[in-house]
Amino acid sequence: MMTVRAPLIAEERKPGQFVILQLDDNFGERIPLTIADADPVEGSITLVFQTVGKTTHRLALLSEGDKIENLVGPLGQPTHIEKVGTVVCVGGGIGVAPLHPIAQGMKRAGNRVVIIIGARTKDLVILEDRMRAIADELIICTDDGSYGRKALVTAPLKELCERDPKPDMVVAIGPPIMMKFCAETTRPFGVPTVVSLNSIMIDGTGMCGGCRVTVGGQTKFTCVDGPEFDGHLVDFDNLMKRLGAYKKQEDMAHEKCHLEMEMEMEMEKRNLKLET
Amino acid sequence: MSHKSAEQLNAEARKHLDALLPRKDALKPKERMAIPAQEMPAQDPAERRRNVSEVALGYSQEQARLEALRCLQCKNAPCIEGCPVRIDIPAFVKAIADGDYQKSVDIIKRNSLLPAVCGRVCPQEVQCQAPCTVGKALKDVDKAVNIGRLERYVADWERENQSFDVPAVKPETGKKVAVIGSGPASLVVAADVRREGHAVTIFEAFHKPGGVMIYGIPEFRLPKKIVQMEIDTLAAMGVELRTNYVVGRTRKLTDLMTKDGYHAIFVGTGAGLPKFMNIEGENLIGVFSANEYLTRANLMKAYEVGKADTPIMPSRKVVVLGGGNVAMDAARVALRLGAGEVHVVYRRTEVEMPARVEEVRHAKEEGIEFHLLQNAKRILGDEYGRVTGIECLRYELGEPDASGRRRPVELKGSEFMIECDAVIVAIGNDSNPLIKQTTPELNVNKWGHIIVDENGRTSIPGVYAGGDIVLGAATVILAMGQGRTAAKAINEYLAG
Ligand SMILES: Cc1cc2nc3c(=O)[nH]c(=O)nc-3n(C[C@H](O)[C@H](O)[C@H](O)COP(=O)(O)OP(=O)(O)OC[C@H]3O[C@@H](n4cnc5c(N)ncnc54)[C@H](O)[C@@H]3O)c2cc1C
Ligand code: FES
Repeated sequence: MMTVRAPLIAEERKPGQFVILQLDDNFGERIPLTIADADPVEGSITLVFQTVGKTTHRLALLSEGDKIENLVGPLGQPTHIEKVGTVVCVGGGIGVAPLHPIAQGMKRAGNRVVIIIGARTKDLVILEDRMRAIADELIICTDDGSYGRKALVTAPLKELCERDPKPDMVVAIGPPIMMKFCAETTRPFGVPTVVSLNSIMIDGTGMCGGCRVTVGGQTKFTCVDGPEFDGHLVDFDNLMKRLGAYKKQEDMAHEKCHLEMEMEMEMEKRNLKLET
Repeated sequence: MSHKSAEQLNAEARKHLDALLPRKDALKPKERMAIPAQEMPAQDPAERRRNVSEVALGYSQEQARLEALRCLQCKNAPCIEGCPVRIDIPAFVKAIADGDYQKSVDIIKRNSLLPAVCGRVCPQEVQCQAPCTVGKALKDVDKAVNIGRLERYVADWERENQSFDVPAVKPETGKKVAVIGSGPASLVVAADVRREGHAVTIFEAFHKPGGVMIYGIPEFRLPKKIVQMEIDTLAAMGVELRTNYVVGRTRKLTDLMTKDGYHAIFVGTGAGLPKFMNIEGENLIGVFSANEYLTRANLMKAYEVGKADTPIMPSRKVVVLGGGNVAMDAARVALRLGAGEVHVVYRRTEVEMPARVEEVRHAKEEGIEFHLLQNAKRILGDEYGRVTGIECLRYELGEPDASGRRRPVELKGSEFMIECDAVIVAIGNDSNPLIKQTTPELNVNKWGHIIVDENGRTSIPGVYAGGDIVLGAATVILAMGQGRTAAKAINEYLAG
């Protein structure tokens, strides 16, 4: 977690939006990161990231007072927040970070907010206190059972959908595979499900099309049309393939921390087990 | 045609020039027309296809003066009519013939801010050189006076030989102007408005200014240091540059006026959004928009393998869809990134190709294969979602369409496959939606282009626009021209 001074972004940002940053003007890659929180008075924003590639690794090595060479935002369409009744917010891994302002907004709009946090293990559960402060009901799941329930987030999500009345809306943010299965879980119940996609991006202004995804058979640009889309319409398989497209090269650029990949594979295995 | 080295071309030019120069003002039109049109020295195709240095090397002094002697100094100057910004072409060419290069650049700069850029990228064969009397008399537009190459010559001469004077700026007026985007339209506005003493801030979404000239047009066609110098000049004039600033997101357009106190705004945000064809397989891995491909290569420097963090997929066989400058650039960049084979698929014929003729010729020399009257039908992939090939259809030319070009008609049942591992889509851009999404009071047409009057005024008082965001994907010179017009109107608006 990192707090960055960015007064303009802090002032303008709305839940659901993200920034793109770059650490080296000439050769650095530009990576999108969601804004977890902002303090317009202090003029700062909070970013939460996981060290998965060269840039995030270098980001983690920055110390207080260091400068980020390039930071642009806020980008993307803000979350559409309104009072609908009961909203279930599902966050997986660092997906909890971008979920935080959305959950906060949903609560302020007068919704009953149920929050599900999923992580591989206890140490990876983030923002628990801040989420607890918002939630009417908080459920924590870990894959290894070291904290909360030993389950995947889809298990409590399914139970919530079976309740009467069922939730009016679900917001799921996390690894693509998690969002995919959350969408599959809610589909039979017809509960509208919003997901926030983290595709590969370059400019973040609609110029390159690198962030495109297939939604309901149509090509959409995550950076200008999203990042949030109807989870029931997103072609997650295509998204996951596109996200993996540069894996090989990135590995060459940096000894990759395999956490997220492992997490995805693990979830896929377990989900398959669950369903059989 | 065998490749002639720069030295050979220079030696040939020197021979002619030695004979003609003593009588330079007494030459008869016939003698002028007998001077061979000067070929542009270029890097050897076999070498340049694997490097990113500039392809066209520029005339030598001898070649430039000899080429200038070909100009007939026509009284009616049809070339000026052909120039979108009406440069006094006969006068600047005459100055070259006289060996007064400073005078020559000064004449050009009265109408154009970026001669080193325009000399390189303008489609001269359909602008100033198209109506040239010499070309007409010799019945070959390729034999017209090479005005663009001469323009480039004097602009380069100035950059390399002269200490650069920072243009004079009038005393501060206390008025503030926001310029959004930093492409050619915006750079002109910044310069012209700043000269009048108004404070100017350029807001650019990317981390580097210059617009398409930086992230789109590749180094081998337009060296980045040339664009950078124009930006340094603006900075020296006191123009403030704010990169990483997306107007419409970081700040709403109208907030710049109401919250930040700007008195006028120019919107020059370009033709952002790449078009796709909406065919099957378009989102497979290995399908890129040309914008993405070129941005990865130019701005993020993917060609410096090992240094750059932004990867680009190494491809064996690349298919590029389209026939404009963007398609040519993408194809030639693919070659330089190591592709074994590059194929350009275009649905009309070479005559209809919107690309500059010189680029098409250079591309062919570099070994790029052209497939004309063909078009993609669908893109095929493997189980991992990676491109494996593209299915194309053959076309023939039918009746002329609205643009006056004959419409390509598909030949039923003519499907065939080209095996490939990358597809680059270069079929044009739609306008960027960001500002219009967050500024509903800004009027746009059905393509999303901002609507302006003849002075560049939009539907919001004090807000002006120009360049590709108004014209749709057009050219550097037209963007500059619109910038000029808008700047004039802004200066008048602020004075009033
Ligand atoms: C690959 C390629 C090759 C080309 N070749 C030629 C050629 O040979 N000859 C020729 O004449 N023309 C060529 N063109 C076209 C030419 O480059 C354009 O017509 C010209 O650059 C348009 O200028 P512009 O000032 O409108 O904006 P652009 O150059 O498009 O610049 C717009 C700038 O605005 C920025 N921006 C966008 N939205 C925002 C926002 N909301 N806030 C802040 N900044 C924003 C963008 O990042 C960009 O830097 C080519 C174009 C491409 C893509
Ligand atoms: S990141 Fe380039 S279009 Fe979205």
